[in-house]
Parts: sequence; structure tokens; C-alpha cells
Amino acid sequence: MALASSPEGSDLARALRKRPLRRPGENLIVASLVLCAAVSIATTFAIIFVLFSDAIGFFQEISFWHFFNPTNQWQTLFNPRSFGVWELVLGTLNVTLWSMVIALPLGLAAAVYLSEYAHVQTRRFLKPLLELLAGVPTVVYAYFALTFISDDVLLPLFGDSVSFFNSLSASIMLGVMILPIIASVSEDAMASVPRDLREAAYGLGATRLEVAFRVVFPAAISGIMAAILLAIARVIGETMIVAVAAGSTPSLTLSPLESIQTMTGYMLQVALGDAARGTTDYTSLFAVGALLFLMTFVLNVGAQIIVRRFREAYE
Amino acid sequence: MAVVGATPETVRLRAEGSVARRQAWSRASRWILLGATLLGLVVLVILGIDNAIVGIPSLDWDFLSNYPSRFAERAGIRSSILGSVWVLVFTVIFAIPVAVGAAVWMEEFAPQNAILTTVRLNIANLAGVPSIIYGILGLAVFVRLMELGPSILAGALTLALMILPMTVITSVEAINQVAPSIREGSLALGATRWQTVWNHVLPGAMPGIMTGTILAIARAAGETAALIMIGAFTFIAFDPAISFAGLLDSFTTLPIQVYNWTIRPQPEFRANAAAGIIVLMVAVIGLNALALVVRDRLRRN
Repeated sequence: MALASSPEGSDLARALRKRPLRRPGENLIVASLVLCAAVSIATTFAIIFVLFSDAIGFFQEISFWHFFNPTNQWQTLFNPRSFGVWELVLGTLNVTLWSMVIALPLGLAAAVYLSEYAHVQTRRFLKPLLELLAGVPTVVYAYFALTFISDDVLLPLFGDSVSFFNSLSASIMLGVMILPIIASVSEDAMASVPRDLREAAYGLGATRLEVAFRVVFPAAISGIMAAILLAIARVIGETMIVAVAAGSTPSLTLSPLESIQTMTGYMLQVALGDAARGTTDYTSLFAVGALLFLMTFVLNVGAQIIVRRFREAYE
Repeated sequence: MAVVGATPETVRLRAEGSVARRQAWSRASRWILLGATLLGLVVLVILGIDNAIVGIPSLDWDFLSNYPSRFAERAGIRSSILGSVWVLVFTVIFAIPVAVGAAVWMEEFAPQNAILTTVRLNIANLAGVPSIIYGILGLAVFVRLMELGPSILAGALTLALMILPMTVITSVEAINQVAPSIREGSLALGATRWQTVWNHVLPGAMPGIMTGTILAIARAAGETAALIMIGAFTFIAFDPAISFAGLLDSFTTLPIQVYNWTIRPQPEFRANAAAGIIVLMVAVIGLNALALVVRDRLRRN
């Protein structure tokens, strides 16, 4: 700080060192700032406590093996009831797969364009516009998926082979929603690739396309991986689009044309119903929620580790 | 090479084809990539136009000033607009001071040790927690444990926790942007650390904090799942009371109302949902534009 950089022994430095750093009462202010920071830690603990305490109640009735056994169905509405979460997980993987099929090529193309081709002015104009795609309320995408994509595009296109509620309509809108995440995180990675690499390649006679895809892209690959992990975390946590458009029939399929149910879709369904506290319906919400939390947690931590490694490699 | 770790040791650059061919590909790639970049936006614009065609006929003063109704042509968004505004006001009141306080502590007061690293990692992780999980947290803690019910207060507290991580992150960035020389000058003139923060760092960081706050409001304004989770999916045909007791009233918000109309089987309600979406999108795009303006002003100063 300032004190350390002052020449040792100067009048100012000596005077500053003697002066008490804080007025009375400032300790109180600093303590309240610490409390503010502590809120975030408390939030994490509260989430973990809330999810896992009720999830334990669930697992006292339904065995762990039953929950994770891939041959069990998720059938909570009528007897015999069965809680095989794999059907919901596969529903989530279904929309993840198809939304990534849509968003990955477009998002990476956008990242390459913004980082390697676009003029500074163009980039300054395009980036906020692209980011708006992530800012559109998801209930709006949900409505679009159901009424325009499913009704007006997919039903005429595929006829009887597509069900009214289908994973593809949800995946298309999810893909549009995560485009900016893939584009901007990958673009950051590409922009931090050292100039020397590009200039060396240009010096050898490479074209812009070759520099972009054979020099910058491989050099930024770990940042791109982080972008993909973050985008997947966003998709599996998204609720409204899948709840409205993807259907509410859990099924073991990766087909984009069928009606499915995701983990979040099920959670919203329970919230809309009136499951009494303490019933298995109610506690299943927390068991599925805990699994969802763990999945997004692993993806987010993975993305952070990759980004940190990547930064170390270049700095 | 300095960049080993992240790149293959040797980058193979064997060119294929004639120079003219390679250059032609390179020139074409610019337009292909630009097309791919714009495709998502084009889809959104087409959907927006479709939506405007369906929604604009329903969008009149009656729609804005009526309560929801069983009859599509009489249903309006009065209670959901008021509910949205009321919830958002309290979300901001709860979230922003805490977020700025946490950011100030992290940047100006915290010792550089494992605790600070933990807090940073924790906030980065919270920013990635799905909103429906915040809804479950709100349901268990605010609605049930604190017995607030599915009230405006419970909704605002839930949304405040949800936007807290992103506002902390943007506040930290804003505080980082303040030049160290300003701090050093203030300290050298005899100000204490808190005086320096209050009189110099925070005013300097204010535009950045405002930008982050506005974007957080836009995010909270569109949130649906977390509020449905705490039980806000209800029929509301009254205005929220402007009083402390009114904070415990139940509420609805614009996105919840849009969701309600979207999932109704009767097609008449589609036009209502579309009209509601127009209002919601105008608000969200307006907030995003406002954030850009504030950020630009920051750059110019």
C-alpha cells in the first residue's frame, strides 16, 4: 500500500505510521461488512442443509438403490408408485444433448467471429445484442417454444411423428438461450491467446481462417471446454422452458421428438401441485433438487478449475 | 514455448490446396461465421415479430389496468405489474447493500488468505446455482421456517439471494476499476481506510455498481421458477397494500401471469400471453439498454 512505497524514514511515512488507522466506530463498520460477505457463505450452507435434510427423509422411505436403479420408472401419480430418478436424469440429458447440438456450432462460430474477424466497432455493437439472448426471461422462451416452434414449425414439419410437447422445441429455445454463454466465455479464451502465436502463423503465410481454426482455436481449447461446462450447467438448471414445452411424461429416450420430463420440470410440477409437507411427493422434490444441485456444482467447479489452469498457462 | 500446458507442442500448419483456393475459403468464412453469429438474433427477431402480431391486438389500456379474469378478453395485468414492481423494489433494498458491503470487504478490508479465497469461490459457485434451487431455499426458509407464507416479503428475500452473487461479482469488478492512486492519495492525506472507501472508492465505483444492479433487476424481473416454487402461482385480484402489513400479502408477477396464460388449454389466452410478453420484453430490453447507457457514461468519465 501507500505506506510501504514511501521512502523509509521520510517525515510523511513516520507520521502516517504513528497515526491510528481507524476512527472509533470503524471496527463496527468493518464488522458489518464481514457480515455481508458471510451472507453468501450462509446461503450455501442453507441450500445444502435444506436440500439434504429433507432428502434424507426421502431416502428413509425410498432406498438409494431404488432411486438410482436405471430399470425403475419415475411414476409418482398412481400406484404402484416408483421413484427411479434415471428417467428424469435422462430427460435432462436429452434436452442438454439437443440444445448443445444447436448452440455449440453457432456459439463457437460467434466466438471465432467476434475474436478473430470482427472490427472493434462491430464487436462493441454485436456483443451486447448477443448477450440480450441470455437476458430474455425464460418464460418468454417457453411460450415461443410451445406456440411458435412446436405448433407452427415442428408439427407441420414432422407431422404425426412428433408429439405436441417435445424435447426439440425446448432444446431449440435452450440453445438460443445459452448461445451468449458459449460465445462470450470462448471469446474471452480466444482473446487471451498471445498475439505472437497469430503473428507467427500469419508470417508463415496462413490465412485468417487457418489462423482462427488451427492456431487460436486449439490454443483456447480449455477455455472453450469451460464455456461448454457452464452452458451445460445453465441448461440442466433451466426450468420454465422444459416445464412448458418438453412435456411432463418421464421417459427413457434421447429422441428429440418425444415428450419427456426433466428434473427441473418435475420439481416445478410438485410446486404447482399441493403436496403436503412430509409426504414422499414433497420430499422427492428435495431429493431431485439435491441431485440437480450436485450436478450443477460439479460442472461449475470443473469450469472454474479449467479457467484457472488456462490463465496460469498464459500469464 | 511459453504456452505449452495449454497448446499442443507443435502447431501443424501444413497448407492444403492452392493459395487462391485457401484465400477464397478464408474470405468466405467471414460471411459464414457472421451468419452463424447473427442466426440466434434473427430467430429471436422473427419470434418477436410473430409474437407482436398475436399480442398487439390485445394490448390496450384495459389490458394494462384490469385484474386477471376467467374471461380472456377481460383479463389484464394490473396486479401482476404492481406485484412485479413491489417485489423488485424490496429485492433491490435487500440485495444491493449486502452485495456492495460484501464486495467492499473483499476488495478493501479482507486479509489475503484462505478465507477470502473461500468466499470468492463460494460466490462464483452460487452464481451458477439454478434459480429453482433458490426457490426451494425460499420455500423452506422464508415461507415455512420464518412463516412468511408465499408473500411479497418472502418473494423479495428469495430473489435477493438469487441476484446476490451476480451483484457481488459486478460490484467487485467496479471497485477494482477505481485507480489505486485515488486510494493512496486519500490515505496519504490522512483519511482512514473507511473514509477512503466511503468518500472516494464507492463514488468512483458507483456507475459500475449501478450497471450491475440494473442487469440484476432485469434478471429478477423475468424470474418465474423460483417464485412459483415459493407458492406465488395464485389468482390475485387486488393491489398490493402500501404498508408493512402489505408485505405479507400474497402476490403475482408479470412472468408468472404469462406462464399462467401460456399453459391454459383455451387458445383465447394465447393473445393475452403474447401481450404480456410484449410488456415484459419492453421492460427487460429497456433495462438492458439503460445498463449500457450507464456503462458508456462510465467509460467516458
